Amino acid sequence: MTYRLAPVDTTAFAAERGGGDLTVIGSVVQRSDARGHVTGRTEFFEDVAPPRLAHLKMHRSARHHARIAAVDLGEALAVPGVLRVLTHADVPNNLYTPLKLIGVGPDDEPILAVDKVRYLGEPICAVVAETEAAALEGAARVKVTYEDLPPVFDVEEALREGAPLVNEYHGQNHFIYEGHHCRRIRFGDVEAAFARADHVLEWRYQSAPIEQAPVETTGCVVIPQADGRLRIHSDTQACFFTLDNTALILETPFNKLRIVGGTVGGGFGGKVDVVVEPIACVAAMATDRPVKFVYDRAEEMQVSSPRAAERLYIKDAVMNDGKIIGRKITLYVDAGAYARHSPYGVTKAAAHLPGPYAIPNVWADCHCVFTNRTPSSAMRGFGVTIADFALESQMDQVARTLGMDPLQLRLLNAYRDGDVKAHRKVAEGTALVEVIQKAAEMSGHELPETYRRMSSTTREGL
Amino acid sequence: MAKLRGRGYASVNYPTGMNLGGDPSQALVHATTTGTFVISLSSVDLGQGIKTIAAQCAAETLGLPMENILVDTADTDTGPHCMGTFASRGTHRVGNAVIMAAAEARGVMLEVAAEELEVDAADLETDGTGYIAVKGAQDKRVHITDLALAAHFKHGRTISGRGIYLKEPSVPVPETGEMDPDSCQAHACTVAVVEVDDETGVVEVLELFNAYEIGRALNPAMATQQVEGGAWMGLSHALFETTEPYYPARDHGPRDFAGYLMPGPADLPVQHSLLLERPSANGPYGAKGIGEMTANAPIPAIANAIFDACGVRLTSMPFTPERVLRGLDALKTEETC
Repeated sequence: MTYRLAPVDTTAFAAERGGGDLTVIGSVVQRSDARGHVTGRTEFFEDVAPPRLAHLKMHRSARHHARIAAVDLGEALAVPGVLRVLTHADVPNNLYTPLKLIGVGPDDEPILAVDKVRYLGEPICAVVAETEAAALEGAARVKVTYEDLPPVFDVEEALREGAPLVNEYHGQNHFIYEGHHCRRIRFGDVEAAFARADHVLEWRYQSAPIEQAPVETTGCVVIPQADGRLRIHSDTQACFFTLDNTALILETPFNKLRIVGGTVGGGFGGKVDVVVEPIACVAAMATDRPVKFVYDRAEEMQVSSPRAAERLYIKDAVMNDGKIIGRKITLYVDAGAYARHSPYGVTKAAAHLPGPYAIPNVWADCHCVFTNRTPSSAMRGFGVTIADFALESQMDQVARTLGMDPLQLRLLNAYRDGDVKAHRKVAEGTALVEVIQKAAEMSGHELPETYRRMSSTTREGL
Repeated sequence: MAKLRGRGYASVNYPTGMNLGGDPSQALVHATTTGTFVISLSSVDLGQGIKTIAAQCAAETLGLPMENILVDTADTDTGPHCMGTFASRGTHRVGNAVIMAAAEARGVMLEVAAEELEVDAADLETDGTGYIAVKGAQDKRVHITDLALAAHFKHGRTISGRGIYLKEPSVPVPETGEMDPDSCQAHACTVAVVEVDDETGVVEVLELFNAYEIGRALNPAMATQQVEGGAWMGLSHALFETTEPYYPARDHGPRDFAGYLMPGPADLPVQHSLLLERPSANGPYGAKGIGEMTANAPIPAIANAIFDACGVRLTSMPFTPERVLRGLDALKTEETC
């Protein structure tokens, strides 16, 4: 067995590390799935091939924002091999939001579009057929007549008065947090900090949507059982979360469903949404046949929820010695047309601000904004990855402006044990100082003695 | 025409567990009569290795070899509840649940061994080889294979245990954002070395130095895979990826991997990684979650290295050749003014 192995440092936190008598923990053990993956023996959900398997494909919106004037299923139903064409009327509870399970509302998204589409690629009809080819042909032959509505694509435009309304279930183009228009952080007095700062530095940062790009696309195979239950083979990242959401949409008791999964070809957050199982279950019940619904690569890239595009404005109050005494952040997260997991991600982003630094005055407004694009949702580093791009670019720009060493600026401002974060939790177990010192050492970046002696557990050098 | 070299820095932290908590996971452990311990879960392995980590936590807690552990996941009919694999929660939540379940099973195992050996359970110890032995009297011992059989047929005992981990939910104060969002924080610092081609705008990442503080490296090889694989994703986010290249315009969205570019083997930098351990008080053997964060620090480190190399400050992701060239053009215009 050969493998890459990063060394474990034994000097930092030597007194706290301990663990000398452990026999398995801390040892290299081969990943239990490695051999199966590289020899092609691992079974994924698509390896389930029950007899009489039917296939489901979607007819999707060709518009960004439009009223649906008419849907004509005639030609689709005439395609040989097409078994059913499902519309919103076939879904017991057609309106949902996945975070309902942890008390987040309102329900804002149809399983199949009713009278309106809010993004390009939104599902309108589900075609169930004997073969994948027949399902694709049927989906292509559904005819939808649209009446176009003006779309809005930019987060700040969406928040302006008079912007087209994206989602009527919210009533305005942003999520409401307990009566507030955004998730807020209020810590200290940021305006007073700007007033007494030597420098006030502000920049804007922007990202674009990013695809999770798992090797295995999102999908499931639903198999009706003799006892009336449904067995769902799925590549979901969260079996019970998918089960519970699916049961609510089907209006069926939870114990009528069984999810079998656990071995997944990459998720990166893209398989936390519940987007294939509910309609595949409706199709399986309607036809009393096993049904497979799996995204093709184009659906995975353009319809499946990506990492949100984010826009951040960061304004810092900085002293000549490099201390950052205030940070004001305005964050806009582009949720797309529906909430999905974005209200959660925005709160997670707020909790992360102002980054791993002890800044005594922090103000943040974090907006979850609706636009006419594919709903964004969870992805690796949800709420944090793009914020880190902005925060750490900001730190570099601050250092450049002051003519300071970028690592010394960070060490000077790094949070340490006992610091109170902007969300008012006392920091413990911190180690930012030490990872900076080690990275400097590894890369040959020289730090003065006072900075090398700094520690997360003391105030030395401050 | 030149290839310009630069260095950039970024330091970050990352929370472990579902934001605000309220995300339980359970584990059930039972010994079959073969002396194999089955860990029943409904947790999902996306390729990150939760099955391996769950088995390591069980083996360590039970004091038995890895060969005696089977992980059975994920079937909602047979596995106890797990909130899911996300938010860098798997190792922390599931690891803790497995340790709690395995500790209960170990207690029964030692009680049965005490009956079998006619000693006090408090005098027994394990050494990870499969034997339960009397402390200081190593010849007085029983192997788990024999013990599990005896437990069932002779003593009428089930060797089993139940475990759960729950961080109780925190409710944010809407006015101030006061909240308790996380169980612990992991830390990282990345140094990126890049080369910018000022004729083509292409950025090549030559080297990445990554120092990660992760509580405890439960499996250092898998932790290395997380750090180095995540750095690849960060590099990919920084230089290549988006489903909307002209955001907020919706046009030109890629529909396959011919249009959605990612780094190939030739684009990979040399990686130097180091793991630091400051055990978390609430982590399984001190571990923190690092599944997500490893993509984060490389992105700003690369942005900052590009500035260091050629003076172009890119504040929009990704850092495509087009954006680099437009930035270089803008610098030239500034100079002539």
